[in-house]
Amino acid sequence: MSTDTDTDYDVAKGDSVHPGKPVMVDRYTGGARINHWITATSLVLLALSGLSLFHPRLFFLSALFGGGQAVRAIHPWIGVILFFSFLGLFLRFWKLNLWKREDGTWLARVRDVLTAHDERLPEVGKYNAGQKLVFWSMSILIIVLITSGLVIWDQYFAAYTTIEQKRWALLVHSIAAILAISVWITHVYAAIWVKGTIRGMVRGSVTGGWAWRYHRKWLRELVAKPPAGVPTEDKKRTAAE
Amino acid sequence: MFPPVPNPTTGPQSPKFGEKDLMRRSASTVRPPAERQTEVAKLIDVSKCIGCKACQSACIEWNDTHPEIEENTGVFENPHDLTSEMFTLMRFTEWENPETDNLEWLIRKDGCMHCEDPGCLKACPAPGAIVQYSNGIVDFVHENCIGCGYCIKGCPFNIPRISPVDHTAYKCTLCSDRIAVGQGPACAKACPTQAIVFGTKEEMKKHAEGRITDLKSRGFANAGLYDPPGVGGTHVMYVLHHADKPEIYAGLPNNPTISPIVEAWKGVTKYAGLAVMGVAAVTGFLHYMVNGPNRVSEEDEEAAERLTGDRSS
Repeated sequence: MSTDTDTDYDVAKGDSVHPGKPVMVDRYTGGARINHWITATSLVLLALSGLSLFHPRLFFLSALFGGGQAVRAIHPWIGVILFFSFLGLFLRFWKLNLWKREDGTWLARVRDVLTAHDERLPEVGKYNAGQKLVFWSMSILIIVLITSGLVIWDQYFAAYTTIEQKRWALLVHSIAAILAISVWITHVYAAIWVKGTIRGMVRGSVTGGWAWRYHRKWLRELVAKPPAGVPTEDKKRTAAE
Repeated sequence: MFPPVPNPTTGPQSPKFGEKDLMRRSASTVRPPAERQTEVAKLIDVSKCIGCKACQSACIEWNDTHPEIEENTGVFENPHDLTSEMFTLMRFTEWENPETDNLEWLIRKDGCMHCEDPGCLKACPAPGAIVQYSNGIVDFVHENCIGCGYCIKGCPFNIPRISPVDHTAYKCTLCSDRIAVGQGPACAKACPTQAIVFGTKEEMKKHAEGRITDLKSRGFANAGLYDPPGVGGTHVMYVLHHADKPEIYAGLPNNPTISPIVEAWKGVTKYAGLAVMGVAAVTGFLHYMVNGPNRVSEEDEEAAERLTGDRSS
């Protein structure tokens, strides 16, 4: 029974294995990828426009958006897009990011993680502890950012809060943004460092070796599933349950 | 009586101060001029104000603003608050003096205080949108303003207002354009009782002293000058009959300073923030240089093939 629950957690709809040479594993559906890249684009635009107002030396970045007035007007709207786009990602992935026993072990061996001794790490599901931390910290930070952001969106919401509350919101918003950008840097770096990862989010699939090396538990569960790869059959099965 | 600023000559004049006299410029570093111009100040003697609002009319007239006609809600303030079209506002307070049991009608002309250490300028992210001249005038430069409203959060007096029309911030300019050609502010010119006078800061302090002595002789033991040191002093000062409690004058802050939250945001957060993001990026780069990429090996692929092969068999 416990294995059943594990399977539910670690395998997402659309994940499937295609045997061959090499083995290919479907990791992200088209919808998930589009959802991800809308979020990514908004986040980059938000970081650039936000940083232009954060430090005078970065004000030149506002030129990318057509000047300071344009940044002031557009930044909050991009934030709204990011919030809903990320909400989509959250609903897709939150279950897969629930903390598991092996995550603690994985995290305790962070030295092996950083030195690429993946063979010394416990087998993990679709996401490892690092990815889960990125997921949850981004979730929390985006809630903080949208909330504090609304407080300082003077064009529409100036009347609803006091100046003192807006001062706090500005401070909280900038600190949360710094943290979010730092988490984003970590996320992007990890994707660049671990070869074969970006392909998963661009093409949707990874090699079997990649899944074996980094997400073996996920791969095992996928293999244990009745032959997939035929989405209709997969759907029938879930519907029958 | 303080001698009023004389009427101007009709001939053309070149401005007495400009770009070269900038002490501070928002979101920029400027080298302050070697020689500071004589500091100017406006002195508002609350005890002489009759609440006629001539100053408001003069302000509207000179700055060519068009405050909205509002509803009468039974109070004297008109309009109800400072707006992007109303840079100065008479605020009326009915205060019962607990010592004398007298009802005192306190009238304070609210508006920009032209702080020596301006919070608006500190908070402003747009280069050159707020400037401070060496004579003490803090001015908003509208073509550089981006309308973000950070100045509102920086201001300890709740003065700037964003125009819903052109999305830039407005406030009293101390009639910088008039002062530049040797005139006084429009409000001071219009004031029928000389409750508003204008001159150098030294002159104003001296004039205030005389007024305070007079008030004290009339029984206002706590009469005094409002020139709050928390913002380095201001270039708009008040003579108050109850200087020990400025807050009774429609919430004039007692010892105003730039909010510590704003200081933290524009101070340590700005530098620490850039450092944190920089460290994250550099750490990634160094990690890659030292460790190289993390690649999937042939054995990994073979292991995956064996695993999937098991299933198909």
